[in-house]
Amino acid sequence: MISFILMVVASLFISGIIVRTKSVTSGRKGPCIMQPMKDIVRLWKKGSVYSNTTSWVFRIAPTIYFSSILMAMSMLPLGESPGLFSFNGDFVFFAYVLATGKFFNIIAALDTGSSFEGMGASREALFSMLAEPAFFILMGSLGLLTGFTSFNSIFQALHFGSYITYALGIIATFILLMLTMIENSRMPIDDPKTHLELTMIHEVMILDNSGFDLGLIFQATNLKFALYGTLIVNMFLGNLPLYATIPLFLAIQILFGISIGLIESFMARYRMSHNAQFILILSSLSILVLFSVLMLLGKFNS
Amino acid sequence: MNPITLFLFVVLIALVTIPFLGEKQKRALLLFSELFIVVFSSTYAIEALIGTTTSYLLLGSIITGTVPIVIDPLAAWFILIINFTFLTGAVYGANYMKAYREKKSQLSLHWVSFLLTHIGLLAVCMVQNMLVFLLVWEIMAISSFVMVIFESEKPKTIKAGINYLIQSHIGILVLTIAFAWVYVQTNSFSFNAIGTFAHTMPAPESFGLMLLFFIGFAFKAGFVPFHTWLPYAHPAAPAHVSGIMSGVLIKIGIYGILRMLFLMPTNYVAIGVVILVISVITGVYGVMLAIVQHNLKTLLAYHSIENIGIIGIGIGVGSLGMGLGNFPMAVIGFAGALLHTLNHSLFKSLLFYGAGNVYQATHSVNIESFGGLIKRMPQTAFLFLIASLAISGLPPFNGFISEFLIYSGLINGWIHGTFIYVLLFVFAVFGLSLIGGLAILCFTKAFGTIFLGSPRHTFDHEPHESHRMALIPMYAIVALIIVIGIFPVYFVQALWLPIQQFTGNMPSGDMLAVSASLSVVQQIGFASLVFIALTGVVWLVRKQLTKKQVITCGETWGCGYVAPNPKIQYTASSFVRTYRKLSESVLQFHKHKKEISGIFPDEAYHAIHPLDRVETYLIGAPLKRMRYWLNRFSFLQNGSLQFYILYGLVFIMILVAIPFFGYLYHFMVHLLNTL
Repeated sequence: MISFILMVVASLFISGIIVRTKSVTSGRKGPCIMQPMKDIVRLWKKGSVYSNTTSWVFRIAPTIYFSSILMAMSMLPLGESPGLFSFNGDFVFFAYVLATGKFFNIIAALDTGSSFEGMGASREALFSMLAEPAFFILMGSLGLLTGFTSFNSIFQALHFGSYITYALGIIATFILLMLTMIENSRMPIDDPKTHLELTMIHEVMILDNSGFDLGLIFQATNLKFALYGTLIVNMFLGNLPLYATIPLFLAIQILFGISIGLIESFMARYRMSHNAQFILILSSLSILVLFSVLMLLGKFNS
Repeated sequence: MNPITLFLFVVLIALVTIPFLGEKQKRALLLFSELFIVVFSSTYAIEALIGTTTSYLLLGSIITGTVPIVIDPLAAWFILIINFTFLTGAVYGANYMKAYREKKSQLSLHWVSFLLTHIGLLAVCMVQNMLVFLLVWEIMAISSFVMVIFESEKPKTIKAGINYLIQSHIGILVLTIAFAWVYVQTNSFSFNAIGTFAHTMPAPESFGLMLLFFIGFAFKAGFVPFHTWLPYAHPAAPAHVSGIMSGVLIKIGIYGILRMLFLMPTNYVAIGVVILVISVITGVYGVMLAIVQHNLKTLLAYHSIENIGIIGIGIGVGSLGMGLGNFPMAVIGFAGALLHTLNHSLFKSLLFYGAGNVYQATHSVNIESFGGLIKRMPQTAFLFLIASLAISGLPPFNGFISEFLIYSGLINGWIHGTFIYVLLFVFAVFGLSLIGGLAILCFTKAFGTIFLGSPRHTFDHEPHESHRMALIPMYAIVALIIVIGIFPVYFVQALWLPIQQFTGNMPSGDMLAVSASLSVVQQIGFASLVFIALTGVVWLVRKQLTKKQVITCGETWGCGYVAPNPKIQYTASSFVRTYRKLSESVLQFHKHKKEISGIFPDEAYHAIHPLDRVETYLIGAPLKRMRYWLNRFSFLQNGSLQFYILYGLVFIMILVAIPFFGYLYHFMVHLLNTL
């Protein structure tokens, strides 16, 4: 429960921090940290325009996308307090429930009958699906290390005994950071601030959304940032008590936002045709984690 | 009279009467006899799943010996799956076939073979005598062949049918060799002899036997590289037949593998590794080829191959668990495989029925020619969407439950395994997650281009929603899909006895671990329910908040372009173009194109056809070589009658001469001896 609330809190300011960091590095003052959230609230109050081509799929998709992310959030623990749902293998449910939301997002884009949105949908579908193995192998390796298969028990037992596991945490953080960038269509994969539809992924998928639905999608993206941030937080917390986890959580989320801002400021977008290779490479990083775990456990000789 | 004779007698009467009835009575009799078969066999099956195994001993003949008919829990599970799909298939098919009502004789043949296939499938599950097993297997194979070639006036259909017939007979040949081997060693046709064989023969030989069985059944199930008949046969058959073939006919191969695994519990580890590796390859290869198909039914056929791969991964996990003595892993693996068998039969038949509705409305199966059908066929679109979500393994539907079980089996093995098994399971998890991701790509493509957007093609008749009777069986399937997704625990409990056939009585410590790992599905069901409820709540909140807002309708935003037309939409091929470019290193494509050139360009075109590399190399190339070699004997078949009479004469002379050769031989021997 506590992690759920904290994630909602973090989602309020995280994209503000990203925007602010990007402004500062480019020498501008930048908007208030709460500005993106204010934009979303403004969208929630606005009326909508729907295309005549669209059907009920288009109207229901943002809702399902949003609720899929809420559902995924409810599985994440924080420190010693477990998520709302916690069972063995819950990370499989986590990944698949996010995929359900994505499925609807993609078909909603196809529902508009626009060539641009179809293009975005095609890219989003391929890129985020190629990223799936990396997440599974990462979580599986941590499961192998700890002997557990649910988020809560894995994270609690992760740093039991050895400090080397923090090194694993760092590789895992890198993988998760890159997954965040892929899932949210951010810089090395996609440039959200580009002005050419042909080079967009996520932004071009939601061209036809407006009003409340657009607000929902934006807020879902913020929540997704907080979601992956929380995964990273958990890589380092272990089973600390609440009074220590809450400040650490907020600190790491802020740091997470700043690092995304920095990545976005100093990295160029990859060529669209090279993205797929890059994403599959992430799986090899996960395999690196796996081999480190095998080495730690001394399984090579067994 | 024992129940089996009674049963066969009633069915025989139905089979004989069908050809003499009018079109309507025929349908009524078919539905009635289907209902009879279903109720009759399901009663025994449900009893078996609860705990009372039914068995009869038919006398048989001098050749076959006694024929044991056994309905044990494993058979019962498959019987129930078969019955449900055949019931929906009969109701759907009765309506589907109205379009062909002038082909009277063909319809009779079709329905007779429909019933025969059902009986054959049920018999395959029950019969435990090798010779009779081959007999009923053959009945099933041939009657399903007759169903496939319903539209026999199309050359493509006949070609697909013959392909299926030949390949299923190669499978039967392999099975016959395997059974003959057992018979030679044990001198018995009973299935128990297979167990005796496994226990008395050295390990490599029983492994070889199991491998033979696996290959024989893999032809039916469609494991790569034995899958090549599937993508031809499914699109050629009428929709309900495709649904049944993909839903249950190929599953009988899975049944065979499981049955043999149960009878030969000796080489669990080795065969588990083989099955696991082949299944991962099957799954990934199936979905990779599915994505690039343009023909809706071929696409679904390749997805059947993918799902057979997923089921196979479950079986591999299960048998590795048995071999390594890890009971929780074994139970989860077999449970995942058996549940996925049921799940796949549900959503795949639903998808084929949906494809049938689309075909009857538009007379096309080319994905590129559809678009915007959701406005014209809203119910079919909804049903197809649910099936797409379920087959992609997404919660809150049934596909996720079985995939989850298989995942947890793999991860369980991964955590407890030694180095080499860790690598194996990582390979399988990588494959399974890739399959899941690519399935989503494939079904967003299929659903998106068929039902969404605006129409890409004007059809002669405006497409309209299918008949009520076509939709009712589909709704029944959807209901079951959702029930399994939300209350999976009841279905997993029903699987308990079939799984126990494999594991036997477990130590109580393992028992606890097993029930703990199976109880997870209850929590998943709950989480799925919460997910649905949460979506409902968000929807209500959205509705409440947007009540007073102004909603306007307009054209799709064209990024400043003001004259968009349907041709400008993203097509299915362009949707998967990036993927196709990536996959070109593995898959094979046949491209023809003529580029635009010159000042006054004439017509230009560009066509891409995906080919099956396995088929090209494994079947195409040897056939070509064989034809080349056999062509050298073509002088024998020169078309002149005199020569043919001569061949006959020579043949008869050789026949007559055979005893003479014997005499000659003896004479020579005698001569040599005297010398």
